[in-house]
Amino acid sequence: MCLAIPGRIVEMVDADLQLAKVEVGGVRRNINVGLLEDDCLQIGDWVLIHVGFAMSKIDEQEAARTLDALEEIGAAYRQELEDLRESCID
Amino acid sequence: MVKDSLSEIGLPRRKPPKFTAERIDMSHGAGGKATHKLIEGLLLPALDNPALAPLSDAATLYYNGVRPVFTTDAYVVRPLIFPGGSIGELAVNGTINDLAVSGAIPIGLASALIIEEGLETSVLRREVEAMALAARRAGVCIVTGDTKVVERGKGDELYIVMSGIGMAPHGLQLSAASIRPGDKILCSGTIGDHGIAILIARGNLELEAEVRSDTRALTPLTTALQEAAGDGLRIMRDPTRGGVATVLNELARDSDCGIVVWEERLPVKEVVRAACEILGLDPLYIANEGKLLAVVAPDVADPALYAMRSIAGGEESTIIGEVHSEPARMVLMHTEFGGTRMIDMLIGDPLPRIC
Amino acid sequence: MDHWIVHRQTRGRIGREMKFINEFRNAGLARAVAAEIEAIAPRDKRYKIMEICGGHTHTIYRHGIKDLLPDRVEMIHGPGCPVCVLPMGRVDDGIAIAERPEVILTCFGDMMRVPGSKGTLLEVKARGADVRMVYSPLDALRLARENPAREVVFYAIGFETTAPSTALTLMRAKKEGVKNFTVFCNHVTIVPPLRALLESPELKLDGFIGPGHVSTVVGCKLYQFICTEYGKPIVVAGFEPLDLIQSILMVVRQLTQGRCEVENQYTRSVPWEGNLQALKCMDKVFEVRPYFEWRGLGFIAQSALKLSREYAEFDSEIRFDTPSVRVADPTSCQCGEVLKGVLKPRQCRVFGTRCTPEHPLGALMVSSEGACAAYFNFGRKVTDREMDRMTDREKVGV
Repeated sequence: MCLAIPGRIVEMVDADLQLAKVEVGGVRRNINVGLLEDDCLQIGDWVLIHVGFAMSKIDEQEAARTLDALEEIGAAYRQELEDLRESCID
Repeated sequence: MVKDSLSEIGLPRRKPPKFTAERIDMSHGAGGKATHKLIEGLLLPALDNPALAPLSDAATLYYNGVRPVFTTDAYVVRPLIFPGGSIGELAVNGTINDLAVSGAIPIGLASALIIEEGLETSVLRREVEAMALAARRAGVCIVTGDTKVVERGKGDELYIVMSGIGMAPHGLQLSAASIRPGDKILCSGTIGDHGIAILIARGNLELEAEVRSDTRALTPLTTALQEAAGDGLRIMRDPTRGGVATVLNELARDSDCGIVVWEERLPVKEVVRAACEILGLDPLYIANEGKLLAVVAPDVADPALYAMRSIAGGEESTIIGEVHSEPARMVLMHTEFGGTRMIDMLIGDPLPRIC
Repeated sequence: MDHWIVHRQTRGRIGREMKFINEFRNAGLARAVAAEIEAIAPRDKRYKIMEICGGHTHTIYRHGIKDLLPDRVEMIHGPGCPVCVLPMGRVDDGIAIAERPEVILTCFGDMMRVPGSKGTLLEVKARGADVRMVYSPLDALRLARENPAREVVFYAIGFETTAPSTALTLMRAKKEGVKNFTVFCNHVTIVPPLRALLESPELKLDGFIGPGHVSTVVGCKLYQFICTEYGKPIVVAGFEPLDLIQSILMVVRQLTQGRCEVENQYTRSVPWEGNLQALKCMDKVFEVRPYFEWRGLGFIAQSALKLSREYAEFDSEIRFDTPSVRVADPTSCQCGEVLKGVLKPRQCRVFGTRCTPEHPLGALMVSSEGACAAYFNFGRKVTDREMDRMTDREKVGV
């Protein structure tokens, strides 16, 4: 139920049919943006695509926040490894 | 008791399977397990002979001290023209490749055309010219053939059957049986290009992307590889239908060894990767028409790679994996993420999914 | 010559630039998160965490996430695979419709190899039925427009992720006055089976990984009952491997800190309130069935959707006669127990022997996100380490 992929809106194709063209890594497809009427989509926005429909607008700030949280864990881990290495040399 | 059955589960069967399906369906043509069942369970038992038994891309015959290598392939492609090529070119390159990976120099091609009533002459002419050009480029001639016309509705525009004959150097022994733990697996370039190009060209998925079929004759690559690797070359294969995954599984099964590949080393074009992500497909199972997989001894891996990279079409050659003794007859992949997973053989056509 | 160096160079040229995907596959960060899980998970406890959604099962196996987790954190595969939970009778109904000469039956690729009692849609196609795979329900509607003399049927499956797409397609069909398009509706909803699982005495779970894409539609609030009524934490997760392993960490953190909440890891795509527009469309087009049969879980009340009265003209079940026969699973099939997480795939008595992806007995082996297919295709290398870890009871599937 879950294959959905982030794509970037590159063109608004047909307002009546609620179609926009998205691009994912060089592949383009027209998709229906009718489920995101309230989000006032624009070219350059990222949306989550599932069976030819945009399901949600991707919040780039939240993405960055999630990655930051992961990076923090990463930094702490690298620090621990450093400390371990140094303690071994001692 | 439980441990034994668990370790036997799903291992490629050593006894030939019986073919029990009542009708042929599309999965039997996909190049995966269903195809293997058809070949091993129906064709092989009926045709039964030592030259056929190894089920290689091409068969080696023996006659009065001469060893001709013989192959045939049927080309059924829709649409007939696609970015990067057309059925005519595909037919010539594909059959040449079956000879080339067997280590043979192609010396002649024979082509049968099955034409659907109503096909425009301009289309036929274009394809025949494409065949002629591809053959000229490869230095081989189409020396004989046949032409049939079938009624409208019975033929999908054009089918081509291309047979080829070649000569293998004396004493050349390429087979999966010579694969040893420690051997390296080389891939000549990006995988999945052809299959995705065709899928997109068909149009019904409404995807737009710049993906071109990689169809090409592999003879320059195979020649360079044979020279560089010498006795260290175990076997060469071209991963067509069923993709790299199917060939790796066949190699593992036929050599009784395990194969391990590293996901991060698999060469995949970004746009092919993207198309696969959208459709839920795996590039490992998608057809290629101009790529080579080779297994070589570890000490010749670097010179082999260097040689391949100097040939047009092989610039992106990489070592994608190696051979281990365990788990025997299985293919594992170390994922980019740091885990391990199995790569099983394809069953039927890879189908786009939504889940 | 260092082929490694050359490989790095070619990698740049080939390009790995899929945004919001590549960053969430970073192996270095994965190791760090895995180390954190190892550090905080208590040594004397064994945590059983269920990932509800089949897509998550697929991610776990495809990327080998289990290899990064400590043995004492165990992932149990849940029933969130809409193909896997379809009873055979519903597949038979679809096949009956497809066999009608005037019908073009359209479906997602996932449905083509699901076994009914008399075969699969792929086999019916081989026998001459016009069965066509589509990527989107809108493609099916387009086929209807292009083939006015035929009856186009769309075999709709999926949880709330996919239902809104079917809904919008039907709204468009109604607007355009298309007369030869119907939907065979098998949409199911996520909460009732979750409740059924939580009520099940056989199941002893500590926490849940929530379905990320379903939640883009239904939001996160509706999972609160899992915490308040059953005392289990749930983290709604994205589908990249880093999302998943971060979510597992968040569940383990809740467990060790004695918290019990709904958390959203997938904030970049999942709004807490869900997608109100999508929910509105679903309300217009669908109504809830009083009950629906789930393969392996039996009949569950109010767990599936059918077309509302307003959209009855588009309902395949009204336009066509279907056998509508309840078909029991083969007696050897243990899909139900695997779906509930009671059995692991390898413990099913027919796993890998009579039931393989080539000749599946049950849908869990057909759908690529089914626990059994995922395990068979990706995870089937029972290492000695794993074998030693299994108790004798586990080995025989008791």
